[in-house]
Amino acid sequence: MTVAVTAGGRARTTSLRHRLAERGVDRTLLLLAPALAFVLVLFIYPFAYGLQLSFTPAEGGGALANYREFFSDPYLRNTIWKTLGLGLPAALLNVLASVPIAYLMRGKVRGKRTLTTLLVVPITLGTVLTAQGLLMYAGPAGWLNKLLIVLHITDQPLPLVHNWTGVFLSLVITGFPFAFLLTLSYLSGIDPSLEKAAATLGAGPWERFRRVTMPLLAPGLAITFTLSFVLAFSVFPSAQLVGKPAGQTRVLSIAAYDAAFQKFDYSMGCAIAIIMAVVMLLVIALVMVWRATLYRGSTGGKG
Amino acid sequence: MTDQSFHELRLEGVSRRYGAHHALADLTLSIKGTEFVALLGPSGCGKSTALNCVAGLLPLTAGSIHLDDRRIDTVLPEKRGFGMVFQNYALFPHMSVRKNIGFGLRMRKLSKADATRRIDEAVALVQLEEHQHKRPGQLSGGQQQRVAIARAVALQPPVVLMDEPLSNLDAKLRLEMRMEIRRLHQDLGLTTIYVTHDQEEALSMADRLVVLREGEMQQFGTPEEVYDQPANGYVAGFMGYRNLLHLDVERADAEHVVLAGPGLRVVGANRGEVTAGRAVAAIRPEDFVVGEVDGNALPVTVQIAEYHGRELSVEATTSTGTKIYFRTQERVAPGDELTLGVPRHRVLVFGTGGADEAAGTAEAAAS
Repeated sequence: MTVAVTAGGRARTTSLRHRLAERGVDRTLLLLAPALAFVLVLFIYPFAYGLQLSFTPAEGGGALANYREFFSDPYLRNTIWKTLGLGLPAALLNVLASVPIAYLMRGKVRGKRTLTTLLVVPITLGTVLTAQGLLMYAGPAGWLNKLLIVLHITDQPLPLVHNWTGVFLSLVITGFPFAFLLTLSYLSGIDPSLEKAAATLGAGPWERFRRVTMPLLAPGLAITFTLSFVLAFSVFPSAQLVGKPAGQTRVLSIAAYDAAFQKFDYSMGCAIAIIMAVVMLLVIALVMVWRATLYRGSTGGKG
Repeated sequence: MTDQSFHELRLEGVSRRYGAHHALADLTLSIKGTEFVALLGPSGCGKSTALNCVAGLLPLTAGSIHLDDRRIDTVLPEKRGFGMVFQNYALFPHMSVRKNIGFGLRMRKLSKADATRRIDEAVALVQLEEHQHKRPGQLSGGQQQRVAIARAVALQPPVVLMDEPLSNLDAKLRLEMRMEIRRLHQDLGLTTIYVTHDQEEALSMADRLVVLREGEMQQFGTPEEVYDQPANGYVAGFMGYRNLLHLDVERADAEHVVLAGPGLRVVGANRGEVTAGRAVAAIRPEDFVVGEVDGNALPVTVQIAEYHGRELSVEATTSTGTKIYFRTQERVAPGDELTLGVPRHRVLVFGTGGADEAAGTAEAAAS
């Protein structure tokens, strides 16, 4: 009797292990441990700490005092619109401009490697160097304005830096190559024979792009837009350097920085950072909801 | 179903160059309406290039293409209206089977009722009623192939082009689809140009076939002509003449040639106006018999004997190591020494000219 029970018990444990293994739960999962620890220590904990901090305002007044202050003060509240006003158009332009260029370059094009290499350079330079370059080149006494004046296109230097335009230009310079490379890789993943097939079925160039390439590319563009937007939304150095950090380009990150490191109100700084994350997530969620309505399966190519 | 009947599709000196490389050189062909023509050759012989040129997907470097009296090589592919079936099917992955089949009809701006009726017909034609609302990704390879064919014929094109459509299917399905394509061709009265590297496929399906080599046409004829009377050693190598023996001409007249080499002497039919020098003797493995025939006696040693049911496929060598392939119903074993004979008229003698490559590629294609 006892023997039978033990045997039954062992059988049950093996079958449990077996069932877990079938669902992918086995010892190889331990390999995840270092990554989990990393995420926990360097991401989850600081995030939770910041979140908690944002609900404990320095001057009291209840857990939501920081958020109430943020939304009641138009100077603070408007940073949301200022950030969106920079991030959305910049991301949109980067994605929209990269589509036709990547489309023309999807096949074998002479100088493709040279061009892609050239495009990677701004990414490696970083925003600070780009901002410096912009200040020198597009500033009131920069070459660009000098040239425009010499050519009599304008008689006053155009205000291209220390305002919205400057930050926008900087976001395009650093963000476009990134969007372009992503779009190009999504496009090369689409089987070129699909367009040939469409051609033999009577579709002209525009119809081929609209009905075959674009629908297959759209989910990739959604991802490209999201990543471009995240990059542009967290803009800080260029808003500070080529923008007008006290006015036109007082974006969320600058507001958060001011609160935390100028006024030493860490709690408010955290609250602004959280608001920034929520706004970003809202935009991403909207894009992802749209993406979910698209076809996202194989695109027939190698990619 | 085809209402765009025509008499002749004519290719005149069609050429396609990539830099200095001739992918297709001076191809001149006349294809009759409702004919099934296969372009046959190993990979890189220019057969797909030729098909893409006819479809309008590749511009010609020289030459012209005419459909009866109309010159069409300058017409854009979307205006040319030839149906094409691609090797990888090229189905639109984001559209249902019906949408795929209806794509061309939609581009033609057919009325909704007309389009629906013709899609229904095309779906029924390839027996995909159950699957018509699925996406290509949910179908098997054979079903995808049917969709691709239905899509190409739904527009009732004057010419249907097929680029190795069966090469991604398994052997059994390939045999089924072969019949299916031939049936569609006959029932719909299509004109089909079919590209393949498989000589069996070409021989079994086509009314006439074109053998290509490095962009140049080697022979254009009915399957019987090409199979029984290959124009040269290259075509012979592609048509199952697995033994291509390079030998010296000993004696030659208009009908027969005596060839000799180390440890070998063969008498064969003169097919290439051979007079002297080197020549190639092409012999099918199944034409060999054990024992001398017509004065042909080749002493060989069996190396490998493959069991193929009723017969054995044997690789043997002569005393100097030349490989001879033959088929026999006798139970030979490795190490056996035999004398092989072959009737004179089954030995085709051609002038030398790349016959070895053909045998090599034909073998590669068969394996």
